[in-house]
Amino acid sequence: MNLTLKVWRQNGANDKGRLESYQVKDISPDMSFLEMMDVLNDQIIVEGKDPVAFDHDCREGICGSCSMFINGEAHGPGRGITTCQLHMRTFNDGDTIYIEPWRAAAFPVIKDLVTDRSAFDRIIQAGGYVSVNTSGNTQDANALPIPKDDADKAFDAATCIGCGACVATCKNSSAMLFVSAKVSQLALLPQGDPERTTRALHMVEQMDKEGFGNCTNTGACEVECPKEISLENIARLNREYLRASVNPDK
Amino acid sequence: MSVLDSKIPSGPLAHKWTHHKDHVNLVNPANKRLIDVIVVGTGLAGSSAAASLAEMGYNVKALCFQDSPRRAHSIAAQGGINAAKNYQNDGDSTFRLFYDTIKGGDYRSREANVYRLAEVSASIIDQCVAQGVPFARDYGGLLDNRSFGGVLVSRTFYAKGQTGQQLLLGAYSALSRQIAKGKVEMLNRHEMLDVVLVGGKARGIIARNLVTGEIERISAHAVVLASGGYGNVFFLSTNAMGSNVTAAWKAHKKGAFFANPCFTQIHPTCIPVSGDYQSKLTLMSESLRNDGRIWVPKKLEDVKAIRDGSKKPVQIAEEDRDYYLERRYPSFGNLVPRDVASRAAKERCDEGYGVNKTGEAVFLDFSSAIMRYGKTEARIRGIENPSTDQVRALGEEVVGNKYGNLFQMYEKITDDNPYKTPMKIYPAVHYTMGGIWVDYNLQTTVPGLFATGEANFSDHGANRLGASALMQGLADGYFVLPYTIGEYLASDIRTGKISTDLPEFEAAEKAVRDQLNKFINNKGTQPVDFFHKKLGRIMWDQCGMARSAEGLTKAIADIQALRKDFFANVRVSGKLDELNPELEKAMRVADFIDLGELMCKDALERNESCGGHFRTEYQTEEGEALRDDVNYAYVAAWEYTGSPADSILHKEDLKFEEVELKQRSYK
Amino acid sequence: MSRSAILKSSLAKKYWMSATGLFLCVFLLGHLAGNLQLFMEGAAGEYQFNQYAKFMTTNPAVKLLSYLTYASILFHAIDGLLLTIQNKKARPVNYAVFKASANSTWASRNMGVLGTVLLAFIVTHMTNFWAVMHWGEMPMQTVDPEGKLLEEPLKNLHMVVMNFFNPAENSLALLATVLYVLSMVAIGFHLSHGFHSAFQSLGLRTGKYGKLIMVAGKVFAIVVPALFAIIPLYLYFIQA
Repeated sequence: MNLTLKVWRQNGANDKGRLESYQVKDISPDMSFLEMMDVLNDQIIVEGKDPVAFDHDCREGICGSCSMFINGEAHGPGRGITTCQLHMRTFNDGDTIYIEPWRAAAFPVIKDLVTDRSAFDRIIQAGGYVSVNTSGNTQDANALPIPKDDADKAFDAATCIGCGACVATCKNSSAMLFVSAKVSQLALLPQGDPERTTRALHMVEQMDKEGFGNCTNTGACEVECPKEISLENIARLNREYLRASVNPDK
Repeated sequence: MSVLDSKIPSGPLAHKWTHHKDHVNLVNPANKRLIDVIVVGTGLAGSSAAASLAEMGYNVKALCFQDSPRRAHSIAAQGGINAAKNYQNDGDSTFRLFYDTIKGGDYRSREANVYRLAEVSASIIDQCVAQGVPFARDYGGLLDNRSFGGVLVSRTFYAKGQTGQQLLLGAYSALSRQIAKGKVEMLNRHEMLDVVLVGGKARGIIARNLVTGEIERISAHAVVLASGGYGNVFFLSTNAMGSNVTAAWKAHKKGAFFANPCFTQIHPTCIPVSGDYQSKLTLMSESLRNDGRIWVPKKLEDVKAIRDGSKKPVQIAEEDRDYYLERRYPSFGNLVPRDVASRAAKERCDEGYGVNKTGEAVFLDFSSAIMRYGKTEARIRGIENPSTDQVRALGEEVVGNKYGNLFQMYEKITDDNPYKTPMKIYPAVHYTMGGIWVDYNLQTTVPGLFATGEANFSDHGANRLGASALMQGLADGYFVLPYTIGEYLASDIRTGKISTDLPEFEAAEKAVRDQLNKFINNKGTQPVDFFHKKLGRIMWDQCGMARSAEGLTKAIADIQALRKDFFANVRVSGKLDELNPELEKAMRVADFIDLGELMCKDALERNESCGGHFRTEYQTEEGEALRDDVNYAYVAAWEYTGSPADSILHKEDLKFEEVELKQRSYK
Repeated sequence: MSRSAILKSSLAKKYWMSATGLFLCVFLLGHLAGNLQLFMEGAAGEYQFNQYAKFMTTNPAVKLLSYLTYASILFHAIDGLLLTIQNKKARPVNYAVFKASANSTWASRNMGVLGTVLLAFIVTHMTNFWAVMHWGEMPMQTVDPEGKLLEEPLKNLHMVVMNFFNPAENSLALLATVLYVLSMVAIGFHLSHGFHSAFQSLGLRTGKYGKLIMVAGKVFAIVVPALFAIIPLYLYFIQA
């Protein structure tokens, strides 16, 4: 099929940026979206121009690198997938496709469709861990049974790939789904319990500092999340933070 | 006498590691603060090493080319991680894990290293659980296990089909904690482009900041390479697009020997190639072979009918199906090791039984499992005389609970529903057992330069068992390197900061700049991928699942011609001082071309078949790999002397004291 | 509470939004209960309503509650404004194409707009009745339903309300009725998101309570505004 692409081009953080039009021809419906972008780039390179920069790595929906806002949706149409899992059979011959980077003050554009998501790393650094050193002498893994239900919920929260679709899709650019997934995972497990108060406080503080917006519970993040992380986690973060806030010792 | 000293401690196998740990040099905490260590790569091996070293007190500088350490390709590992915990009471032990790994590796790995790996495996699970890794649990709240290929026990711990992700996020969280403390300086979007030797020791690296294009000099007292494997030399593989050999290859050029480069793992269950545009291949977890049965039609006319669409796979009668793994290997059946399963698929397809348009696919069929589970489920729910449709629906539910995410992934890519029609799968490049040669301390032949995880060669011999890569990465990073690096660093406590103004840094930086500029200024016509695809084709055809002296010789000549073509005609657009993915790719492909040649040379030199290395000239009458233990029970470690063609082979003889060398049999 | 910065952090702001919002929901119920008395006919209805109005303007406990209500409204509005400003800042460059309808409800994305409409309504509403009741020139009710002279005449708010929606008395009665009904639609949309959202922000919309809250929110958002809206319509049509 033949397509018209409107791709965001921006040469560095200081450039204003603009949408540019490209035509691609003979696209196979079995191609992934990123393979279609490869075709576009090969075409641009042969023309002697600068190819479109975009983040991608594993191309199987787990590394969280790819990050395109396609036709008004994070990772494009389709649910429970990343951009690399989106296939061209979703589109029709002759379609016009808009491709933009994640847009948020906390995710500044580096070039074209590539953004800087290191704010997420800093949030994790603020407390998204259990303070345990490597020793080889931690207690036996089975010494502490964990109810299957808690373990499963912790796992569901832990499947977050940190792609930033939640921020990109939220009208407020809020990072609550991301933060809540990590806070939930560790709050649900006994190993995370000793630090749960400080963790919630510190991670939210860092989140605010990074310039993300506020959650207004539109629920868009849950719908667009490639790993379908539940809003239940945001509720849990709200509880955890409230609990931490009223704790007189902290 | 070989120049290679593996430094394997003396004493009985089971005591070597404990004894070694007890006698290895320690660095006192005050002195650790004076010592810098660079860790290249933040996968399981890199993140865990960086975190552990920082916890111990060293100043760590960690690099990854991705935008965050959490995105390293360990994240994509699906199935699980092995550990000799014997929680299932099925007779597992450290020795059995050791034995299975040695046997699975077709007796081409070092006994002492593998035993150590098996020994620390249990601690890995303890450590990860303590970090909050949410492994699968049963209803009693205890950890669950599943089985993987090539073993007769259940020792694989898992977190649905996302075990690698969960383990990496655990290591990433430990790393993040040290970054927050300032003990690790994390350099995201940085690619190592050379290692700097001062006085024969590794004293730093040259890296390119991928955002600004700046060339940076980073100094340290030791450098740890945890940069992963080189499967992308085949262009199409299950590796991430960015996975590359550059860090390892640059180290090789500076004196680190490269061991067993031809040992590559072709994973049997991947989604087949669908077209020329294909950029990567997607793995379907080995765990699927717990319930899926692999087959092709017995009759060629059925094959033809399936290919042209006149017959559907479900229409082929049971007696007309060839469940070739069950036929050839009745005792292990569909759960034979990866190399065996891959080769068997290739054998059928080469005979013309491939079931898709390209003739390179076999079926992985869940219908028996669906019906079997469905019957059990019907009984559990008390449904008497259930109809076939009812049984099928119930069975699909059970199978969906086990493998739902994988089935969904398959359907997203192929638009086929694997509940209704068998999956089509074909082997694809997945892992590389070969890598930088290291001694027992994980030190390369360059003093101060270490290699961990998939980047080194040490533990998997000629074939890796499923769920052992995660085990090795974390074992190296958490429990081995942090101790063994002390042996080297203990003598460095008085060295002081290494200056980056040394002439060695100057020279290394200039060489890197020259190479980058050469690409930018090249007046070529073709994009980098054009050449990478060509290289991949050569490698897959001649150095893939089956190799021959004739093919390998031809491949070497083809690669040499390709190298000339590449440097003359590649076009790299953009500038040096900006984010430039094409430039990154060009640098990587240049190294892949060199590596590819060395792989062929290594494969040509090894006149035997073992594990993933199958030379068509050396096979049994039944088509099984035929090892030559008399002449080839050694590690082939290659020394770089100017070009892959001139590389010199050094042999480290493998001594087997605990296990008896046998023809591997899974029949 | 040092780190939580109970006024500053984004979550704390949300707690206040929820608390004030839920309090205003309770206020709505109370207000509705009062308004429903307008359905009582004749002199008895008039007397009852005016007595209620007197109680509401003079009882000290009610006074306290009313101050709390004003404060809540003000706080809810200002906090909402601050949140909106911050949220706008969080995305300095907008998308060229933003298909929000694919993943969220219209109301959830337009709480600020709806809130502004409601604030305008509240101001108008209070000017129309509350201000008149407090400081305006009021007709007085001097006899009770049995015709007995009252010791203390009551301010006849009932008549003010009736006249307000009576086209014969108020040339803008039709417009007022329409605007009142539209405002109730706005409140309905505001509640359709606000009700469950308040519970979510407090971390209570979860697990087994989650569904219950969603359903309760829907019922609340339809029934309460509908009952409010029927009153002006009723008053207009019985007098038209």
